[in-house]
Amino acid sequence: MSTFLGMPAARDGRGPSPEAAPGTLSGVGRPEDPLHWGASFPDAAKAALDNGQLRRNLGNATSTIRTKRARVVGEVPDWEPLRDAGSAVKTDVMARLPELLETLERNVTARGGVVHWARDAAEANRIVASLVREKETDEVVKVKSMATQEIGLNEALAEEGIAAVETDLAELIVQLADDMPSHILVPAIHRNRTEIRDIFLERMADAPPDLTDVPRELAMAARAHLRRKFLSAKVAISGANFAVADTGTLAVVESEGNGRMCLTLPETLITVMGIEKLIPTFDDLEVFLQLLPRSSTGERMNPYTSMWTGVTPGDGPQEFHLVLLDNGRTRVLADEAGRSALHCIRCSACLNVCPVYERVGGHAYGSVYPGPIGAILTPQLTGEKSDLPYASTLCGACYQVCPVKIDIPSILVELRAREVSLAGSSPDTADRVWKAAMKAASFAMADGARFRRAARAPRLLRAISRNGVIRRLPFPGSLWTRSRDLPEPPKQTFHDWWAGREDGR
Amino acid sequence: MTDARTEILSRIREALGPDGGSVSPADAVPREYRSAGEHVPGSDVVLDLLIDRLEDYKAHVHRTPAADLPGVLARVIAQRSAERQEVGSSDYRSPDIPPTTRDAVRGSVVVPSGIEEGWLSGLDGVDVHVDSRDAPLSAAELDEIDAVVTAARVAVAETGTIVLDGEPDQGRRAISLVPDVHVCVVRADQVVQTVPEAVHLLGAHPDRPLTWISGPSATSDIELDRVEGVHGPRTLHVVLLS
Repeated sequence: MSTFLGMPAARDGRGPSPEAAPGTLSGVGRPEDPLHWGASFPDAAKAALDNGQLRRNLGNATSTIRTKRARVVGEVPDWEPLRDAGSAVKTDVMARLPELLETLERNVTARGGVVHWARDAAEANRIVASLVREKETDEVVKVKSMATQEIGLNEALAEEGIAAVETDLAELIVQLADDMPSHILVPAIHRNRTEIRDIFLERMADAPPDLTDVPRELAMAARAHLRRKFLSAKVAISGANFAVADTGTLAVVESEGNGRMCLTLPETLITVMGIEKLIPTFDDLEVFLQLLPRSSTGERMNPYTSMWTGVTPGDGPQEFHLVLLDNGRTRVLADEAGRSALHCIRCSACLNVCPVYERVGGHAYGSVYPGPIGAILTPQLTGEKSDLPYASTLCGACYQVCPVKIDIPSILVELRAREVSLAGSSPDTADRVWKAAMKAASFAMADGARFRRAARAPRLLRAISRNGVIRRLPFPGSLWTRSRDLPEPPKQTFHDWWAGREDGR
Repeated sequence: MTDARTEILSRIREALGPDGGSVSPADAVPREYRSAGEHVPGSDVVLDLLIDRLEDYKAHVHRTPAADLPGVLARVIAQRSAERQEVGSSDYRSPDIPPTTRDAVRGSVVVPSGIEEGWLSGLDGVDVHVDSRDAPLSAAELDEIDAVVTAARVAVAETGTIVLDGEPDQGRRAISLVPDVHVCVVRADQVVQTVPEAVHLLGAHPDRPLTWISGPSATSDIELDRVEGVHGPRTLHVVLLS
């Protein structure tokens, strides 16, 4: 059966609107399900495309970071061998996941850490909330973490009366604006400096009243705002970029120093980590610490990387909890074709090169994981029917830049095929139309005069075209136009043009 | 009801199927990448590369013979103190100058207990605080101190990175984090060319708390415009002993 590569009909819209109206400070709100919110992708994308400010912000940001990445990747002579190694290490990790997780648990425990296991978001949130409650505090500081975004930890803690303060600058902006992240690495990429200034002035009590929109001033305002919280926080919550099974070492890669603050100063550290974040040995870090920063921020190395192994007496948090999160990952693992989505190291290079992401932005995907990786990971994690696999032109740029060589385009096609067979989209109808069309084509093409007449026929469609496109055709043309526009047919066929040219000589 | 651990592990085993995911064993990982650079640690090429990379991150680099180290440290601290005296305000627009309630004249530094004493011999009149795991300063106390001086474990030239591993000459992670100026002293023979060389060296003691530092703290969260100096030290001095 052939695979339908176009955009399916929109699913029912639900939840908050996909993009805030331009010019308003408030974001899209916090959805109930961080992996499935907002309108359908086609509707959300349409709305996003009408937002000129958003498109300018995204266009500037993604083109800047693409250039930076290309430059620093270009200076590494062994980039391809590093990608090969990164990919192979992750494949190996998946194959040995139970054994490696048990090794990690043993090593973290031996060094004074406590390991917890969480089957789903609710269980992880319960574990974290009860750990925080034990410490009798109502405020925790947080390092940017996709895993905690995915499980909606902040909202769960808020229900327990615990305020989770995001300390990454972009996450702070998103949190203050009651918004959702729109990029894995730069969650506030959809906001420009003036919008950020306005958000700070309106929502950050201690923002200087004469704050300008110079990025340095904005960063300093955030520094002043968070400083006291860092120095007094009792509990910090983080994610993890890597966990070394062999040694029990965890690593967090960051830029601002908010990560170091959270990982170093509080008495208690709680780390929530997806079970796929493992690497087998400490030496494997040599691969990923080269692949990740260059792919992600386009830097040779990010400003700060922290590594810790359990508890170090007298240095840093004296209580460490590691929450190992499934939340759909075993479902992804069970899928041989899509399993490699778990290799993702969350660098976001695929977002920055994606022509679809660049135009519609992260919110249109309705998931904390947007862009090409989100289009394969989100539906696999949730196991729900999704139109995200269609949010791609299959141009393949994502595969080319992926530091661990996840073949995103092939997985997208596979997921599309499954959507189609799941939907049982009356292959009989498609089949009948196809056969009829072939029969008609065969009749027309069998005779030169007939073919010329047939080729001229579409000119009639010019009568219903508007601005050079035809948006809607009756059946069977609707099979095409329900997903995409049809360009206006030319006034003249090639055949007629050629004939006219000869006469003119 | 089974516990979460048992259930997750059995879900994984089920997902992988009877042949455990049927993937090649660990030794099949191709490692064709460079495990070391072509230049020996501490060679001039490697040092020049490190300096170039550090300056690209807006770190201040001082290349000096070991004998001149005390003088260099004294100058850096004095300059710092002078800057603060001059502006002396808590204005958020003076990012290099932290708000302070102290009237230290010659400034203050914190050093780890295992630092070489000779390094500090030029710091006349500077308030020197010694920190250790047994006698740690509080975060609030560290926040009042101008600068920190530490040694390093290893530096990576290609990426402009220095790594601290928390040993007594580098100290607790908090001391190189809270003060606004970090002065890090690196010996030439500690500078390797590539990341794998550094990881290999650090792998001898993977349990030590590691901090990889590449320039001062920075953010690109606003329109991907890089701003140096956010929560971590806003100024990084690297003193390279050769």
